[in-house]
Amino acid sequence: MILDAKIPEGPIEKRWQDHRFNLKLVNPANKRRHHILVVGTGLAGSSAAASLAELGYRVTTICYHESPRRAHSIAAQGGINAPKNYPNDGDSIYRLFYDTVKGGDYRSREANVYRLAEISNNIIDQCVAQGVPFARDYAGMLDNRSFGGAQVSRTFYARGQTGQQLLLGAYQALSRQIAECTVQYWPRREMLDLVLIEGQARGIVARDLVTGRIESHAADAVILATGGYSNVFFLSTNAKMCNATAIWRAHKRGALFANPCFTQIHPTCIPLSSDHQSKLTLMSESLRNDGRIWVPKTAGDMRPPNGIPEDERDYYLERLYPSFGNLVPRDVASRRAKEMCDKGYGVGATKLAVYLDFTETIERNGKEWVAEKYGNLFDMYQQITGENAYEAPMRIYPAAHYTMGGLWVDYNLMSNIPGLYVIGEANFSDHGANRLGASALMQGLADGYFIIPYTIGDYLAGTGRKPVDTSHAAFKDAERGATAMTDRLMSIRGRKPVDEIHKAFGRVMWEYCGMGRSESGLKAALERIPEMREEFWREAIVPGKPDDFNQELEKAHRLADFLELGELMVRDALHREESCGGHFREEYQTAENEALRNDDKFSYAAAWEFKGVGEPAELHKEPLTFEYVKPSQRSYK
Amino acid sequence: MRVTLKIWRQKHGDGKGRFAAHALENVTPDMSFLEMLDLLNLQLASRGEDTVAFDHDCREGICGSCSLYINGRAHGPLRGVAACQLHMRSFRDGDEIVIEPWRAKAFPILKDLVVDRSALDRIIQAGGYVSVKTGGAPDGNAILIPKPVAEEAFEAAACIGCGACVAACKNASASLFVAAKVSHLALLPQGDPERETRVQKMVAQMDAEGFGACSNTYACEAECPKRISVAHIARMNCEYLRSKVAAIAETQR
Repeated sequence: MILDAKIPEGPIEKRWQDHRFNLKLVNPANKRRHHILVVGTGLAGSSAAASLAELGYRVTTICYHESPRRAHSIAAQGGINAPKNYPNDGDSIYRLFYDTVKGGDYRSREANVYRLAEISNNIIDQCVAQGVPFARDYAGMLDNRSFGGAQVSRTFYARGQTGQQLLLGAYQALSRQIAECTVQYWPRREMLDLVLIEGQARGIVARDLVTGRIESHAADAVILATGGYSNVFFLSTNAKMCNATAIWRAHKRGALFANPCFTQIHPTCIPLSSDHQSKLTLMSESLRNDGRIWVPKTAGDMRPPNGIPEDERDYYLERLYPSFGNLVPRDVASRRAKEMCDKGYGVGATKLAVYLDFTETIERNGKEWVAEKYGNLFDMYQQITGENAYEAPMRIYPAAHYTMGGLWVDYNLMSNIPGLYVIGEANFSDHGANRLGASALMQGLADGYFIIPYTIGDYLAGTGRKPVDTSHAAFKDAERGATAMTDRLMSIRGRKPVDEIHKAFGRVMWEYCGMGRSESGLKAALERIPEMREEFWREAIVPGKPDDFNQELEKAHRLADFLELGELMVRDALHREESCGGHFREEYQTAENEALRNDDKFSYAAAWEFKGVGEPAELHKEPLTFEYVKPSQRSYK
Repeated sequence: MRVTLKIWRQKHGDGKGRFAAHALENVTPDMSFLEMLDLLNLQLASRGEDTVAFDHDCREGICGSCSLYINGRAHGPLRGVAACQLHMRSFRDGDEIVIEPWRAKAFPILKDLVVDRSALDRIIQAGGYVSVKTGGAPDGNAILIPKPVAEEAFEAAACIGCGACVAACKNASASLFVAAKVSHLALLPQGDPERETRVQKMVAQMDAEGFGACSNTYACEAECPKRISVAHIARMNCEYLRSKVAAIAETQR
């Protein structure tokens, strides 16, 4: 299989512009004849559905929530990047492009990243026009802050609730189209299969989560906007329902899965407190702008943090990285925290935490200043831990947070299956091996508002399709398959609840395919995962009925897929014999414990083709070339 | 900790519901309220019994999925806290805890503690947006917005759409929910051109959905997990009156 990313030629700053001109257009009168199915209604899905409907296409959306406003995009706290250069600090599209390619540790496509940086300015304008209440200064202008490893202030924010406000903007735009009947909207439905007819994506099969009915939806093109797969670890910062089912079942139908091992561990999460914990809570890494991270200089120091004098504290990030200090990229901050805890310097009851201290900022700027900027995060911390972070430092620890890997797409965001588009976190395209802070919202909205509306027209105008509806045999086959799988899950007569198995599986994934990976560990995981899969199909219990509101059955479908995806993640991690971004292989590090890339061997996107459950997937390589940002070892010293 | 749960169990929307008692041991104070329910569900599932259905997702107090009425209060005993952020340290060993779904005519029960809140979506669809198309928006700084106005709009926009205001209100009024959106968009210059039609359409839809009228008991503000102020209801009423007056003025022109 030859992977053609369809990257346009020419100078990078003109590629998107030229490409847009070269894309075929659909006549306005013909747009309503084309029917587009959008699965997922988070930032990417809602913005795509609304924008496509505004253009005149017939759009159907599928959403497993009761309302698009519940999507997990809502939980993004920190902000959204755009190089508006309002603060006059030297920012530019090129600088954002450069930072993102470098931050992704040279494992992303230059052309995609440049386009993302270019579009990001339009996103801010669009969202302001929708009424998104971004933070403003006293002159009434939009305010910016510096965020996650950036040396310029380019992050726009709405207190600690930027994701919420952007999602509500997209949700409201979608709501307007629903009211105008240009979008048909099906809530509480979960996609269980992708339907291909003559090799083209022509629809999906979904389960109505209220009645359990298996139903089909036909269209001329399908867009998956179904988010990431961090919940493979069970404990992550993702919402409980986040899952990989849509992309995984599309993968099983032939869509390539790229860079599955590129997962991001977020450095500033509230540490695990007990075995009952159901999820981990992230606190915006904007906290690192004003908080200082430290551990005691003596391993096992049990004194309360305020009782440890200044000269007995190790502000290790400031020590190791004098120029970036606490603002090093996420992967670096996370790995260093793990390393400190592994060496015994961890704090708190579990010893799996480091301090994030605001004392100095509070002394300098006052408690009110801190409360205005971070009040909701301090409240959240207190709510969960019962501790007041104004008085004693927070304890933080890294947690699985975002997945840079996802379905392979070309420059048009189309997968290798004609007519199947993948946008937002569900695709692999823009973040390489590590995503910079405040760029997930940017990518989701860039894909939805400003890329897919152009690129999908080219496919719809240029490709012949015969009319089909859900009575086609391919839909009936897929419906039977989904029903059979549901019945099979319901018929497992074990004793272990799905969550119990998921938790144990998540521990294996975290242990061997989490923050640090090694050949021996990954090989151990490859032994263990098929056993756990068998255990699931033998030992699980799914109570209730298939044709009913059944949350245990929903979880069982999702876990069945995670148990397969986990194996692919491990295989990908094992094959990539280098360290880059969020993928850290213990064997490949510099003398200073930094990630050691191998550009000669691994400067490619690894796109895997499904070959059967338990069978090794087949690797296809998309070589990455760097004409503008020359790969160098990232240095944040 | 040991708690006794009295939970509303209802198989289907059209069926009859009842309270079922479940004794639960090994609850710890650092568990979240939903993790306590997870523990119950693990036990039920391992016995092959139907688990308690409840809506939840982000568990960070922001998605608005939670809809638990705990001991007679929407989202439980704490102010400004959604049920998912409530922890068992707010309860005592031996407590009996009564858990019900939101009770309102406009929120039909789907199963157990899960209700259908699509009425809130339809209110937004009626007009809770700025009619701007993708593309062609002016520069974000083209229209200046005074900081206090932006802040006030944000306070209203922070609504998570959980429906606690409806559940807490003796009239099951959705006024605080509707007012939050009306207020958010009316305060901003971007929302100004449609402010009159928006408030009329949203209020009409709220009435059509079967929500009750507001009688100013402020129960909604007391139970709102985002502490949204009833002042926004006053602003909505003001906007509504203003739009009516404007409409009359228009007919007499």
